[in-house]
Amino acid sequence: MRTWMASSCLAALLVVSAVGCKSSSASSQQNLSILGAGATFPYPLYAKWGDAWHKSTGTKLNYQSIGSGGGIQQIKAKTVDFGASDAPLEPKELDAAGLVQFPMIMGGVVPVVHLEGVAAGSLVLDGETLGALYLGDIKRWDDSKLKVLNPSVALPAKDVTVVHRADGSGTTWIFTSYLSKAHAPWKDKVGTDKAVSWPVGVGGKGNEGVSVYVQRVDGAIGYVEYAYALQNKLSTVRLKNAAGKVVEPGRASFQAAAASADWKNAPGFHMVLTHQSGADAWPIVGASFILMYKEQKDAAKASELLRFFDYGYRKGAEAAASLDYVSMPEAVIDLVEKMWAESLRAEGKPVWPAAAR
Amino acid sequence: MGIDVISERQVGLVSNESRANARRRTSLFGDRLLRAATLCGALFLLLVVAGMAIMLIHGASTALGHFGPSFLGSQSWDPVRERFGALPSLLGTILSAGLALLLAVPLSLGIAMFLTELAPAWLARPVAAAVEVLAAIPSIIYGMWGLFVLAPAIASHLQPLLSRHLGWLPLFQGPPMGIGMMTAAIVLALMVVPYIAAVARDLFTMVPPSIKEAASGVGATRWEVMWHVVIPFTRSGLVGAIVLGLGRALGETMAVTFVIGNSHHISASLYKPSNTIASTLANEFTEATGGLYVSSLIALALVLFLLTFVILAIGRILVSRTALQGERAT
Repeated sequence: MRTWMASSCLAALLVVSAVGCKSSSASSQQNLSILGAGATFPYPLYAKWGDAWHKSTGTKLNYQSIGSGGGIQQIKAKTVDFGASDAPLEPKELDAAGLVQFPMIMGGVVPVVHLEGVAAGSLVLDGETLGALYLGDIKRWDDSKLKVLNPSVALPAKDVTVVHRADGSGTTWIFTSYLSKAHAPWKDKVGTDKAVSWPVGVGGKGNEGVSVYVQRVDGAIGYVEYAYALQNKLSTVRLKNAAGKVVEPGRASFQAAAASADWKNAPGFHMVLTHQSGADAWPIVGASFILMYKEQKDAAKASELLRFFDYGYRKGAEAAASLDYVSMPEAVIDLVEKMWAESLRAEGKPVWPAAAR
Repeated sequence: MGIDVISERQVGLVSNESRANARRRTSLFGDRLLRAATLCGALFLLLVVAGMAIMLIHGASTALGHFGPSFLGSQSWDPVRERFGALPSLLGTILSAGLALLLAVPLSLGIAMFLTELAPAWLARPVAAAVEVLAAIPSIIYGMWGLFVLAPAIASHLQPLLSRHLGWLPLFQGPPMGIGMMTAAIVLALMVVPYIAAVARDLFTMVPPSIKEAASGVGATRWEVMWHVVIPFTRSGLVGAIVLGLGRALGETMAVTFVIGNSHHISASLYKPSNTIASTLANEFTEATGGLYVSSLIALALVLFLLTFVILAIGRILVSRTALQGERAT
């Protein structure tokens, strides 16, 4: 199975590299082609950055959004130059494969509801109640636990319909990671993964599937990427975070979550940004990670790749904001680039800082 | 070729025996080439099927070795704890396809009957064309239509109606959401109808008019002609058409995934979300990591492969048996 996948990907790679060679022989030697694969969540941004990078340098970025699981498999099969995953790999697994990982971009996940008669954005939930809703322990919207959190909201006497993702997804990983941390029974009964054994509810395919189901059913609650909720004007909720403060979803509260995280003491940048302790932190935030080999085969390609990521970090913030992603804080970027200089090698030589061209 | 040679001999043109032999040799060579090429094609197909089966068995071996036969009977599908069982998806597959056929067979036979026996020519042609167009619509369109148009209509009209009159049956209990087994079965039925209807129409037109006229001549009504003459005459072909439709219903992925609600829970209610093997694979394969998870998904695929195989085999047996009966009867 794996060999079959590897060989088919190899075939794809050969085609891609053949095309790449053609174009590079036509112009100068500088026209490289970089191949990446993985998470679907950051795909629109990587595509936008890649486009801008192609225009300014001639290097082509080919990113295939095949899913985080696929990205991990592809980088391990060495068919791509970098992999991308929404869930960080454990440091053990990284070391075993000779990989490094670093966070590239962040996004938030927001619960969305459809409650006739309740103003958008007025409902307040916390980890306990969100977990109880998704476990099926809270069955009706006028439950006393919800009333305690929402004294000023007239909660309707309606059944709760839980909507979750049907497909395996990094969004689900982030969401269930939050529920596991904030609601102990969730951790015991369900746990954290890209697909879990949902106790109740219906599954929609993708963010769009979840949002269609939520919009369809009065009394539904679902969860989607923030950008998706924003662009489709879905009714979001506010959440009481680990510090006990009620926060609204938005770039400021997502960045607060990243800022309050202790990146310095996270080996392999293994950091899950859910349920962070910062006073203004939105509790369901996740970073999307890049995976690369410590030992790079092609020095020119490796430094070009790092130059591209550096461009994304330093100059890509505007593009990120326009697509409702959240950039990494400056301090984290410095940590990542320090790691590049220390860990990444090609033919025994460091590949970062890369020489300017 | 043989006839060719004989005719040449008969008209006395075989002045040159060796020339004819040469021609025979080249055409023999051509025959052999054709035979070899078609044999290669047939063998290649066998090889593909065998290769698929081997790959599925190989990929599923981890899961099947781990869970044993209980894989088929287990209800849990828990990627976190790596406990997997095929029962919810398997039941969902069989139930959705079975319900779809239950709806589709009478409807398609009715359409075919109308087109061949009752419809005036000016109406029969556009309706027949429409049936063919339905067969050509990609399944994703059915899925989107099912999700955006059919599901709300079912939720607001059909399900409340059923609950009001048949709500004492567990089949029609639960909140009317419009997303679940019922909608999936209806969408599948609509996708299967054109297949069965088109084949049935062709079969009905092949019934010799003399038989039908004879039946009418002894005073049979249209219904009696249909029920006692046309359907028995075409029985084996109809079974084949239904098996074809069943094959499509079993493997349909995209349209079902859109409307079935994708839940790994078994429920007696048709209103509740459910799952099929194909939709589970479509949903979970891309992000499945970990050997046992991937292997369990491949094991599910193997189950679907075997299920389709068994159903096609049953269909074949039914076709040959009804064909035999038909021969005996005549």
